[in-house]
Amino acid sequence: MALLEIKNLHVAVDDREILKGIDLTLDAGEVHAIMGPNGSGKSTLSYVLAGREGYAITAGTIRFQGKDLLAMAPDERARKGVFLAFQYPVEIPGVAGMTFLKTALNALRKERGAGELDAMQFLKFVRAQAKRLEIGDEMLKRALNVGFSGGEKKRNEVLQMAVLEPILAVLDETDSGLDIDALKIVADGVNALRSPERAMLLITHYQRLLDYIVPDRVHVLAHGRIAKSGGKELALELERKGYGEFLGEAA
Amino acid sequence: MAGDAPFVDQFSAAAPLPALRAGGLARYRAAGLPGPAIEAWKYTSLDALTKLGLLPAGGAPTTLEALPEAALLAVDGYRAVFVNGRFVPAFSALDGLPKGAVVESLAAHIARDPAAAEAALAGADDGTPLVALNTAFLTDGLVLTVDRGVVLDKPLHLVSIGRPPDGQGVAFHPRHLIRLAPDAVATVVESHAGVGGAGYFANTVADIRVEDGATLRHYVLQNQAAEAFHVAAVRLALAARASYEGFVLHIGARLARHELAATIAGDGVDCRMNGLYLVAGSQHVDNTTFIDHAQPGSRSRQLFKGVLDDSGRGVFQGRVLVRPHAQKTDAHQLSRALLLSRKAEMDGKPELEIYADDVRCSHGATIGSLDQEPMFYLMSRGIDPATAYRMLVEAFAVEALDEISVAAIRDAFATHAQAWLATRRAGGGA
Amino acid sequence: MASSIDTRERLQSVTDQAYKYGFVTDIDTDVAPKGLSEDIVRFISARKAEPEWLLAWRLKAYRHWLAMPEPIWSHVKFPALDYQDAYYYSAPKATDGPKSLDEVDPKLLETYEKLGVPLGERALLAGVAVDAVFDSVSVATTFKKKLEEKGVIFCSISEAVQKHPELIKKYMGSVVPYADNKHACLNSAVFTDGSFVYIPKGVRCPMELSTYFRINAAKTGQFERTLIIADAGSYVSYLEGCTAPMRDENQLHAAVVELIALDDAEIKYSTVQNWYPGDVEGRGGIYNFVTKRGACRGRNSKIAWTQVETGSAITWKYPSCILQGDNSVGEFYSVAVTNNRQQADTGTKMIHIGRNTRSRIISKGISAGRADNTYRGLVRILPKAEGARNYTQCDSLLIGDRCGAHTVPYIESRNPSARVEHEATTSKISEDQLFYCRQRGLSQEEAVSLIVNGFCKEVLQTLPMEFAVEAQKLLGVSLEGSVG
Repeated sequence: MALLEIKNLHVAVDDREILKGIDLTLDAGEVHAIMGPNGSGKSTLSYVLAGREGYAITAGTIRFQGKDLLAMAPDERARKGVFLAFQYPVEIPGVAGMTFLKTALNALRKERGAGELDAMQFLKFVRAQAKRLEIGDEMLKRALNVGFSGGEKKRNEVLQMAVLEPILAVLDETDSGLDIDALKIVADGVNALRSPERAMLLITHYQRLLDYIVPDRVHVLAHGRIAKSGGKELALELERKGYGEFLGEAA
Repeated sequence: MAGDAPFVDQFSAAAPLPALRAGGLARYRAAGLPGPAIEAWKYTSLDALTKLGLLPAGGAPTTLEALPEAALLAVDGYRAVFVNGRFVPAFSALDGLPKGAVVESLAAHIARDPAAAEAALAGADDGTPLVALNTAFLTDGLVLTVDRGVVLDKPLHLVSIGRPPDGQGVAFHPRHLIRLAPDAVATVVESHAGVGGAGYFANTVADIRVEDGATLRHYVLQNQAAEAFHVAAVRLALAARASYEGFVLHIGARLARHELAATIAGDGVDCRMNGLYLVAGSQHVDNTTFIDHAQPGSRSRQLFKGVLDDSGRGVFQGRVLVRPHAQKTDAHQLSRALLLSRKAEMDGKPELEIYADDVRCSHGATIGSLDQEPMFYLMSRGIDPATAYRMLVEAFAVEALDEISVAAIRDAFATHAQAWLATRRAGGGA
Repeated sequence: MASSIDTRERLQSVTDQAYKYGFVTDIDTDVAPKGLSEDIVRFISARKAEPEWLLAWRLKAYRHWLAMPEPIWSHVKFPALDYQDAYYYSAPKATDGPKSLDEVDPKLLETYEKLGVPLGERALLAGVAVDAVFDSVSVATTFKKKLEEKGVIFCSISEAVQKHPELIKKYMGSVVPYADNKHACLNSAVFTDGSFVYIPKGVRCPMELSTYFRINAAKTGQFERTLIIADAGSYVSYLEGCTAPMRDENQLHAAVVELIALDDAEIKYSTVQNWYPGDVEGRGGIYNFVTKRGACRGRNSKIAWTQVETGSAITWKYPSCILQGDNSVGEFYSVAVTNNRQQADTGTKMIHIGRNTRSRIISKGISAGRADNTYRGLVRILPKAEGARNYTQCDSLLIGDRCGAHTVPYIESRNPSARVEHEATTSKISEDQLFYCRQRGLSQEEAVSLIVNGFCKEVLQTLPMEFAVEAQKLLGVSLEGSVG
């Protein structure tokens, strides 16, 4: 059984069709990249997987671990192990990052039948993960994403992923807005989380990220469809040729 | 009736539109002159007005030797002059108005078509006591109509002069009607001043409608004589995508109140209402605004700044109402007052009343003296304290004038403001 | 820390049901006949064996009250109060002067246990001295001994009238005069009990003092009166919690709290108010019409009010500070939550009289359902308040499009060296914030609770630990069902 199985997915926003029949299968342990020009529907796909409101599923199915993902509420999906690293993480004033993460982790652990971590265990665990991402205590204490730079927000997303240990991680443009040093830190963080039980979907505009996180499969999304799929070499080809051949194609 | 409200006994049923005016009188009589018992008049008392024994302006002369300097603005435009509330063609300059822009006196309008005038006048009277009083005594005013898509090429300068005859105070109640049809554009500048030593009471109502996509810039210079009581109520209706830019500069009058009530009745409206008040002696200046966001998707901005010297007293009351379903409203209001003297006083009441959740509404209010830090900075660069002080007060005041988008009018207003600032003694009363 | 575990346990059960405190205790009560008259005032005074001067004061207040108009300026709506359709005295029988916990009716103790009041051993662990007011009389005051060693007086106001009449005579009504407003005036006529605190010179009260109020009997008004005097150089932190059973009719709670801080003294007064708010349709609930005022009489004195208001059908209260002493400080931190049909009109007054007086107002209003939430505040700088400072921040959060949030500040300055700053904002919980939290596995309710707690953080962190935890949970519970 595939971990994630998307079949003939059609999605509309305000009566405008954005995704026009996506088929995609991910097995546990795989890393797939979805690339595509701006406006091709990449972020729509990530939001639909996470269950954001405002996206009408007009046809198709998504099964996660054999279950109907679309029938689940966003928090239920999260508790089942679906994680979205947001392209633009929202600021939540007054809520300390650590408080937030602890609340989320304990919600997940409850679902998984694990006991809640006490404050000391939690702190130790998070600090270890944070250190790898070069996130200091000061940043952990601050209100969630408030006043964070673009790079800090992205590192914070990867930290949350590391702490919440998802089964399916969707990373939406996690490379955007990062300089090369920050990109390496984030990529190392992501690579450390690769495991036979976990699948990842990398959504990106540029090939650059894939130098550091090498995917098993690459898909090109254009005009709401997967226009081409291939191995990691497809990304290099796109880097050379650009998205030109996919842009002309009318819907 | 003993103890009846002031002015009631001066009512004349013989003048035109008796039914309309009798209605106004009845509403005024029921309410009486507004006082501190009414929340909207919490900080402003008209007690002194009742002691003046003002006469109706009906018989007062409307002649002038020249327009007083206080009313002059170095702005090229059309001009309509009113003395004691009556239109005076001799001082007016209304030739060459573009086709589709009509200026007429209210008295002429009533004489020409009383039924139409009565219908047009009924709208603004919201039952507040002084608007009702204005209705009871209305005789004249300015009627400006700009047709669909027509652009009034030059500002219309409305000059209002109080001229109490021979030491006897008068009361007058001008009523202005301004109608901008869809997509019309106009700039109206009012200046208010007086001649002669006695007190007078100018109780003006401006009833303004700005239709879809039309733009009105509306600037008011309140530079009344020292003994004057000035109360102006602007009743403003804004349709979809209409734009209103209002500014009031207060310099004169013993007691002044500028009251704006705007109803935003469509989406995409841009409503700006700004002001500067320069207050000294024992003057009392009140700015009261009410912006009613009755429809979604509109924007309002307010900035009011005040400089208060001597025993001057400033009042700012600003209420923003966002009605249910007026989502995406964006409303901001800022009130800042500078106290220069130990006896000066500022009272503020910014108010938000919000019934829709997807809105951005905020207000801020500050009251204080000049910051010591910039004073020190200027002095450390070799500027003497008196000059530094004056520079900083001027900087504070001029920032408000920057809100006036028409450069010539901004400059003309700045000239009057600077004349006032120059009279402030160096070092102030602090 | 046994106390916090205890707190957590009892709060867990708070979250398990909508309004947990809606039980009624079946106890024999000693009630005065229904209605209000001079006879009732005399009855109350007689029951309490009060001195003549106090009865005279009550009667003076009562006669003044008869002619006083209802305050109508607040942004709340309710039918006219029928003062004759209520009881003004209701006391559990056989409780005149409990000497120790053993003498307290076990059913009462059970009630307090349900409420989570840490009486007895639990109180010891919690380090909280509790004066519990059940309907109208104070039933048990713990920790007397320990406080007595320090010279701290903490007792019911009835007891104080008997034992410390000179203090009562000197201070009661000196901050809130009997004719201050209609509700305070009524309280002055018919107040039945409340707490009295006196902290002697230079004493730092060794523990948090706490009162738990509960309205139990039907159709009973509760009119407690609290008087706290912090003598020169002393410090006290006082906590107050309130609950009432669910009933269909509205009950009036018209309390008066007076605080007096002398030179260099500090009083911190925290309230978590969770009176029954009425049902979803707005039936029943407490009318919480309360007058709270503190006088910073001494130099360098400080009074800080913190309130978390989640209950009551209508809240009408303005804990205020009169800053008389030079360099005195007034603070007001408030969270007011209204949901369903609740109405709150609350805020503060900061009256700056002395030189270099400072005040700070942080108000967070949260409105949901069809509720109305108004901040109403006055900052007044008088001419002699040289160098006075005020900072006010009022933020409103709206949840849903059928509620209202209003900000009505009055700002008056008559001193040029004073600086007054006021800011107010209105916002909502964004869909983005909710979705982000849910994507991390939080339920809708948890997400709302978390975001609201973040919004209120500045206020909540001023509460003592015990109360902060409770307040956080209460915010979540109060807003249940508001999003979705």
